[in-house]
Amino acid sequence: MLAKRIVPCLDVKDGVVVKGVRFREHQVLGDVLELAQRYRDEGADELVFYDITASVEGRTVSVDWVARTAKALDIPFCVAGGIRSVADAERVLHAGADKISINSPALERPALIGELARAFGSQAVVVGIDSQRDGADFVVYQYTGSAAHTRASSKRTLDWAAEVEQLGAGEIVLNCMSSDGVGKGYDVAQLEQVRARVSVPLVASGGAGAVQHFIDVFQKAKVDAALAAGVFHRKEIAIPELKSALRAAGLEVRR
Amino acid sequence: MIAIVDTGGANLASVINAFERLGQRAELTKAPDAIARASHVILPGVGAAGDSMKRLQASGLVEPLRKLTQPVLGICLGMQLLFERSEENDTACLGLLDGTVHRIPADVARGVTVPHMGWNALHRVGPASALFDASLEGQQFYFVHSYMAPAGPFVRAQTEHGGPVPACVERGNFFGVQFHPERSGPAGAELLRRFTHL
Repeated sequence: MLAKRIVPCLDVKDGVVVKGVRFREHQVLGDVLELAQRYRDEGADELVFYDITASVEGRTVSVDWVARTAKALDIPFCVAGGIRSVADAERVLHAGADKISINSPALERPALIGELARAFGSQAVVVGIDSQRDGADFVVYQYTGSAAHTRASSKRTLDWAAEVEQLGAGEIVLNCMSSDGVGKGYDVAQLEQVRARVSVPLVASGGAGAVQHFIDVFQKAKVDAALAAGVFHRKEIAIPELKSALRAAGLEVRR
Repeated sequence: MIAIVDTGGANLASVINAFERLGQRAELTKAPDAIARASHVILPGVGAAGDSMKRLQASGLVEPLRKLTQPVLGICLGMQLLFERSEENDTACLGLLDGTVHRIPADVARGVTVPHMGWNALHRVGPASALFDASLEGQQFYFVHSYMAPAGPFVRAQTEHGGPVPACVERGNFFGVQFHPERSGPAGAELLRRFTHL
C-alpha cells in the first residue's frame, strides 16, 4: 500500500536554511545540504525547500544549492518560491529538483500550470494554495510571503483546487493559514472538503504541533502527505517516533 | 561505460547523480554508436510518452535501441516505452514487451490518487530473476506515474495501488522499473549497483 508521506519544509535564504520567521529577523539554522541529509537520515520521505529570497525579492531561484542538494540527496525534493515561468522551472528541474511548486504566479496566470505540465509532466508540477475560512466558505489568498502584500484573491478554495487539477497540477499543497504556526492541529474539516473535490495527491500544511495531529489528518482527511516545519526544526517531534506512532495507529509509512 | 539515453526529460541529472554516488561514470548521450558500445544502457524518461518517442525517432534511436544485447534498464516512463503501445498520446512504443500501457484508474474514496506518488512496497512475482530477486520483497521504492504497464509473463514484482501495478519487468536483456531507483534511498542505490554488475 502507498505509504503516507512526512515532508519537512525548509526555508532557504541566500543558500542557507533560515528559521521560519518569514521575511524578518532571519536566524540561520544551517547549511541546506547538512539539514537535508539530517532529515533524510531521520526518515523524511520527501523535502520541500521554499526559496524565500527568490519569492520576495522577485528573483529567480539560485540553482547552485539545488544542484548541490540533488547530487547528495537520494530522496525526492521540491523547490518552491520564485518560479514564474517555464524557463524558471526548467532551470530548477534541470539542476536536479524532482518537482517545482507554484502559488501566486498560478493565480496571476492559471495557464502557467498547463504550460508546466506539458513541458515537464504533471508529476513535476505542484500547486500551493494558501486558504482561509470566510464565513461558511474558504477563500484563496495570494502574496502571503509578505504581510503587507497578503490579500484575498477572487477564487474560492474548492473551485481553485478543482481548477488546478484540471489544468494539469500533479499535486496540491493546501496551506490552511488560520492553522499555520499555531500548532493546534491541521484544519481537518477544510482538508476533507478539498479531498472530496480532487483525485491528485493532497498535502496538508499548516498546524502540526503534536504527533496526534498527523494521525488525525491522515485518518480523517485522507491526505497523502503532511508537511511541517517548526515542529521538526525545533526538534519537538522526531520523525522516527512520529512514524512509529503512525504505524501503531494502523497507517502505512515508509520504514 | 554506462550510457544514459538522452530522452530530454528533466530528471536526467538525478540519474547521473545516482551513478556518481555509486562511484560509477555514466554518460548522457543520444549517439547510436555510443549507446551500442556501452556495457549497460539506462533508458530514463519523465514527461509524456508521445514526446519521448518523437525524440527517440528524431535521434534515429528506435531501431538501435531495439537491437541492443547488453543489459538495458528502463526507468519510469523509460520502462513504459519498452511496451508495444501507450494510451498516453496514443503512442507506438519500442515493442520489446507485449501489451499496452494504460492510465491508472483513480478511486479517491479508496485512497487511490493519481498520479501514484510516493513510497510503495514491492511483492515479488513470476520466475527467478538475476536483478529482481527475493531481496526486493517488501522493500519500498519511490513511485511517480499516472500510467501503468499491463500484466503479463514479464512481470517480476508488483506493487498495490487500487490493484496490482507492475513495478519490475524483464524480458531477456531488457529490464524495467516503474519506480525511481535514483530517488529511492539505499534500496534504490542497491538496485542500480546490482544492475551495473549484470
